Amino acid sequence: MGTIGVLLVARVLPYLEQELDKRYKLFRIWDYPQKAQLLTQHAAAIRAVVGNSNDGADADLIDALPKLEIVSSFSVGVDKIDLEKCRAKGIRVTNTPDVLTDEVADLAIGLTLALLRRICECDRYVRSGNWKKGDYKLTTKFSGKTVGIIGLGRIGQAIAKRAEGFNCSICYYSRTEKRDSNYKYYPSVVELASNCEILIVACPLTDETHHIINREVINALGPKGFLINIGRGKHVDEAELVSALQEGRLGGAGLDVFEDEPVVPEELFGLENVVLLPHVGSATVETRTDMADLVLGNLEAHFLGKPLLTPLV
Amino acid sequence: MAEEALPKVLVLGPPTCFSTLEPLYSHKFHFLNPNPNSTLQHLMRFHHPSSIRALLCAANCSVSADVLRLLPSLRLVLTTSAGTDHIDLRECRRRRIQVAAAGGIFSEDVADAAVALLLDVMRKISAADRYLRTPNHGNRRWDFFTLGSKLSGKRIGIVGLGSIGMEVAKRLESFGCIILYTSKHKKATVSYPFYSSVVQLATTCDALVACCALNEQTKRIINREVILALGKGGFIVNVGRGGLIDEKELVKCLMEGEIGGAGLDVFENEPHVPRELLQMNNVVLSPHCAAFTVEASMDLCGLVGGNLEAFFSNRPLTNSVTLVE
Repeated sequence: MGTIGVLLVARVLPYLEQELDKRYKLFRIWDYPQKAQLLTQHAAAIRAVVGNSNDGADADLIDALPKLEIVSSFSVGVDKIDLEKCRAKGIRVTNTPDVLTDEVADLAIGLTLALLRRICECDRYVRSGNWKKGDYKLTTKFSGKTVGIIGLGRIGQAIAKRAEGFNCSICYYSRTEKRDSNYKYYPSVVELASNCEILIVACPLTDETHHIINREVINALGPKGFLINIGRGKHVDEAELVSALQEGRLGGAGLDVFEDEPVVPEELFGLENVVLLPHVGSATVETRTDMADLVLGNLEAHFLGKPLLTPLV
Repeated sequence: MAEEALPKVLVLGPPTCFSTLEPLYSHKFHFLNPNPNSTLQHLMRFHHPSSIRALLCAANCSVSADVLRLLPSLRLVLTTSAGTDHIDLRECRRRRIQVAAAGGIFSEDVADAAVALLLDVMRKISAADRYLRTPNHGNRRWDFFTLGSKLSGKRIGIVGLGSIGMEVAKRLESFGCIILYTSKHKKATVSYPFYSSVVQLATTCDALVACCALNEQTKRIINREVILALGKGGFIVNVGRGGLIDEKELVKCLMEGEIGGAGLDVFENEPHVPRELLQMNNVVLSPHCAAFTVEASMDLCGLVGGNLEAFFSNRPLTNSVTLVE
């Protein structure tokens, strides 16, 4: 298999990069300052693309790789892959579901706690020496609050289970109501936002869910409400979020993702009612290794003519 | 009702919640709030001791036999803390003084804080937030930020399975964690595996959460041997008292990489924090505020106000404390 060309379009776990290099003829996109040069020289050899949540395979790239057979994403979200084009051209697409569900759900709760209990601010308070001058102010209790979840898939359900451990009541919005769920369903995001204290985005990014958190939803959540985004930056109208936070129309926000990573709106840096993370939803050694094994397993299965492990297309 | 006719309540401290409590109940009780600079004896010149039947104190106020001797008519001591080691319970019993404390009113908030600190140190939340807010961070790539450790499914050892420890256990179970514990005695009603040795517990766990009271038996219960047993990938969270951990050894082990990290709400000599910790990225530091939420403060005011009303109308108290010998 050492002659099969694989194009790596994003920085990934070193273990994954090393294994890809061992098993295939690996092309790293960052080795070619001119993408055109990479394509002219090597397009004909490339039969697989490996990307991540931020860099995938858009229509242009797919068109430029005539021998492309499979796109294996080092992520569960595939909004950076042109799925329709892949479908049309018979190109297989795989992602990394399940192995990161717990990890992302853990982070959603961690973000919520850090935000409500001001963990990062308290840490800054101690490190700056301010504790010597007086106690930190009272923070907001998490246990018992009403949590609203957008998207009750694997990750949404895992978040709900954890929040229940804190005696939270759970409500949700989903494309369709889940008949076998005990959680309260709301048919619109605005209604969900009006009826919960902590709103968590846990759905895939599609055309329908782009800016699903808009001004109306933010206002419905209100000055005592909190937004947690562990989905995709484009789920949220970021400009509206920033102005709501600056004007006090929203209680606070915990964000692992942004519209244009790695850009974070500067206005957020001075706010004590936000927690900002560099897209670390799945970022542990254990989980990234499991994800890497899925990518490698999917590629191996494909090139051996066996059934794919986690196909999307 | 004129203030002179209202039942008197002597306030020592004052407790942090007093500023919220006073306006809510000043129409029912006459709060005597001695100036910290003046003495109880001074206060007694203006208010005859026989008129003082109730005392409200903060956690750091000694209600010793000497204090009680100054207040012969005292029949109620209320403290805003869960612990009562600052009150001479034997002397109270001898004088037929009822004592009530905060009970489990803070347990949920402290448990929330324990889980918050554990998640933060394992997933590097504060470190990452700090990374993004550092000026010129724009030049640093996000994929360079170091990976964290997974919490779900890990083995967590709880040191002290009281009210707070049980709430911590319940929360971590919802993350799929395996709960193990050590406590003064094995709890018959609990199915979590019990370890009589803290070192054994630490050897078996991925993280320790210290939630117990500080007393002679638990002082420095987390010592060098325990920390080393926990190991290089292990984490410690402390929401009990600073004295539960040998702080100097903890700092040394963190400096030497003998342990993965720590989340600390309490320290041996607050508000002083060892300066070595202030530079570390694998610790999360909190200014002893695990119990201090707006909601807990309101609940506490309700509890204290309710107990004062109950006492002055001869009704039973909530969270009454009896001396156990």
